[in-house]
Amino acid sequence: MFLYVFRRLLTAIPTMFVIVTLAFFLIRVAPGGPFNQERGLSPEIKANLEAQFGLNDPLWLQYVNYLKNLLHGNFGPSYNLPDFTVTELFAKGLPISIQLGASALALALIVGTVLGIVAALNQNKLGDYSVIALATAGSTIPTFVVAPVIQLLFGLTWMLLPIGGWGDGALINKIGPIITLSLPQIAIVARLMRGSMIESLRSNHIRTARALGLSDWSVVVKHALRGAVLPIVSYAGPAAAALLTGSIIVETIFAIPGIGRYFVDAALNRDYTLVMGTVVLIALFTIAFNLIVDVLYAFFDPRVRYD
Amino acid sequence: MANESILSVKDLRVRFRTLDGVVDAVKGINLNVRAGETVAVVGESGSGKSQTMMAAMNLLASNGEATGAVEYRGKNLLTLSKQELNKVRGRKITMIFQEPMTSLDPLYTIGNQLMEPIMRHRGLGAAQARAEALRLLELVKIPDPERRLKSYPHEMSGGQRQRVMIAMALANDPDILIADEPTTALDVTIQAQILALLAELQRKLGMAIVFITHDLGIVRRFADRVYVMRSGEVVEEGQADELFANPQHPYTKMLLAAEPTGRKAPPPGNAPILLEGRNVEVEFKIGGGFLAGPPMLLKAVDRISVTLKRGQTIGIVGESGSGKSTLGRALLRLLPSEGSIRFGSHDLSKADRSDMRPLRRELQLVFQDPFGSLSPRMTVGQIITEGLLVHEPSLSGKERDARAVEALREVGLDPAMRNRYPHEFSGGQRQRIAIARAMILKPKVVVLDEPTSALDRSVQKQIVELLRNLQADHDLSYLFISHDLAVVRAMSDYIIVMKQGKIVEEGPTEEIFGDPREPYTKTLMAAAIDETKFRQSV
Repeated sequence: MFLYVFRRLLTAIPTMFVIVTLAFFLIRVAPGGPFNQERGLSPEIKANLEAQFGLNDPLWLQYVNYLKNLLHGNFGPSYNLPDFTVTELFAKGLPISIQLGASALALALIVGTVLGIVAALNQNKLGDYSVIALATAGSTIPTFVVAPVIQLLFGLTWMLLPIGGWGDGALINKIGPIITLSLPQIAIVARLMRGSMIESLRSNHIRTARALGLSDWSVVVKHALRGAVLPIVSYAGPAAAALLTGSIIVETIFAIPGIGRYFVDAALNRDYTLVMGTVVLIALFTIAFNLIVDVLYAFFDPRVRYD
Repeated sequence: MANESILSVKDLRVRFRTLDGVVDAVKGINLNVRAGETVAVVGESGSGKSQTMMAAMNLLASNGEATGAVEYRGKNLLTLSKQELNKVRGRKITMIFQEPMTSLDPLYTIGNQLMEPIMRHRGLGAAQARAEALRLLELVKIPDPERRLKSYPHEMSGGQRQRVMIAMALANDPDILIADEPTTALDVTIQAQILALLAELQRKLGMAIVFITHDLGIVRRFADRVYVMRSGEVVEEGQADELFANPQHPYTKMLLAAEPTGRKAPPPGNAPILLEGRNVEVEFKIGGGFLAGPPMLLKAVDRISVTLKRGQTIGIVGESGSGKSTLGRALLRLLPSEGSIRFGSHDLSKADRSDMRPLRRELQLVFQDPFGSLSPRMTVGQIITEGLLVHEPSLSGKERDARAVEALREVGLDPAMRNRYPHEFSGGQRQRIAIARAMILKPKVVVLDEPTSALDRSVQKQIVELLRNLQADHDLSYLFISHDLAVVRAMSDYIIVMKQGKIVEEGPTEEIFGDPREPYTKTLMAAAIDETKFRQSV
């Protein structure tokens, strides 16, 4: 197992290299640059800035320099928020995004799994149809509708929650964003869980467990559920990577100072270093969580062995 | 005590609600099991024999519904609460199933799964249950039981898994063991071992056994009484020896006569050699990869030579994993192999895909699984004429259709059926379609990979006769791969016995059957021949 993890970490290096290279050149293909804004800088200032950040160097040299800095853990300064380095921006925003994302993920996994099991055990009955209806609503109503509705009802009408803001991480400020983030995830997890649980309940070894007169609890939880969570584990990996790195919509609507908005803002502003930083971050999260999923798989399923 | 009826099924009806309406699987049957006796419920697929017992155990699929009564010592199992029922099933009445490979939970150790019903029904603690589990594994003769307690199902063979299932079923000293086709999925030598084990355990422990089976050999050897089922009804019942000696119902008579009979006429002595493999070797790589070290090599076929003449049938016999299917595929160059393969004047050993394409029509393959090998989204006509599109592209649609009609007629199907889809056909009909798909190309060599193994005995017999007739009409050469010796005997001129990729013994059919030399061949024969003998005596 150790060897396997080590091997996977080694293969992550070329993967990261390819991602960084592609992202670096792709963003440069987009027209414009960090300092061609609508308000227009005077040409002298613009030239000064570009010289300061080395943007006049040949592209390959900029690429080599970027890689060098990256290897030292240095993401460089942000071009549009010149008082901060990319690292500083992440240090401030990432913990916030991770808190929200992790809570939303946990909520989604717990609620989604329970709903999925309930649906599977009541297949084609009222309980099942209610879960399916809920799941369909959850995955079809977009976040940018859910978030304002929550603000309107819970914030303005009933005054139970603040309308937005981080409030130094007070629990009450997190409720709205977490619910908004988790609703579509609950829907997806519930659907996945329902499907795999139905399949698991139909399998031959469940028939054996029933024939042995085992209790419903043992049949459903011990024997059916453990096999049925595998698809959820697979899904949770990429989902975690996406949730933990923040959501632009939720963070914008609820005015949360996370890192979700950086990716889009930075790309629009041609803030090359910030775009690259975000790409590297998301890639690292994705690779890490996929590895965690594969390790978890071996934990859940003894047939999976990695040596 | 001995004649006391402990399980009685009274006017049991089982129906399934499906999208096509209500299907009556069991239509009001009556059945009795007395303490300590062996009852066989015999029938072909779809006869309702399994569903009868599934209903008794309350294991029907969720769209199934049972009415009537299944009384165990006076209690109607169909109306018991789940809690009451769970005091009976797994304890007093237990069941083993047809699918040993999937009937154990893959995620828990054997020990864990064995201990669970013991702890539940007898209220023992973990340490005592573990000791019991160990005793049970010894009882069912699993070698090294201490270590096996910690094994997972995937680390055991099918035969061993079935032994574990039996151990679980016997854990609480049941009154009745229901065995639903317990050996059908196993190799013949393993079948014999499992059956012997069941018989021995019954002598030792004295429980009643209900055998659900299509295999009359098992019934003959083990059953005291027999119920013959067909389309959800019991058509005949009685003492086993009386029923075999003097069957009353035409269906019972038909079942008893369903063994493939007759022998193939040998090809003329001067028949030319059509397909010849010399020292054919197939190796599979297992594992390996980046930083994982070199892969493990598995020799699936180890230097085997085969010479197939025109009009000849070579039977390739062996148990699962013996490499018989791999050999068939390698000879058709569907798998890369070492050694030389000649087909007529062509050297296949160096042929690549494009070299092979024009030869493919002469080298056809029919598979075991008539359900998986036909595309569910194409009509039968499209399925059987697909090969013509590749090999005779100049044919017009009308000509292709005419060929389809001819091919279907040849395999004994109504040509009007060619616009239907595969799911509308039975297993035997589908296998006919698969054969038509091969025959329409007018091949010279056909590799038949277990073509009858998924079929009921009575249907097997028809397919064997069809294959023999087609061979005689078209001077075909067959490589007939099977683990079923009765079928192989009825089909082949020459037999190759394989084990672990090697030839154990080969020779003309009558020699191999009449006077097997190798111990392995003898075991294989012994496992099968009992059945053959008794059939001949009937």
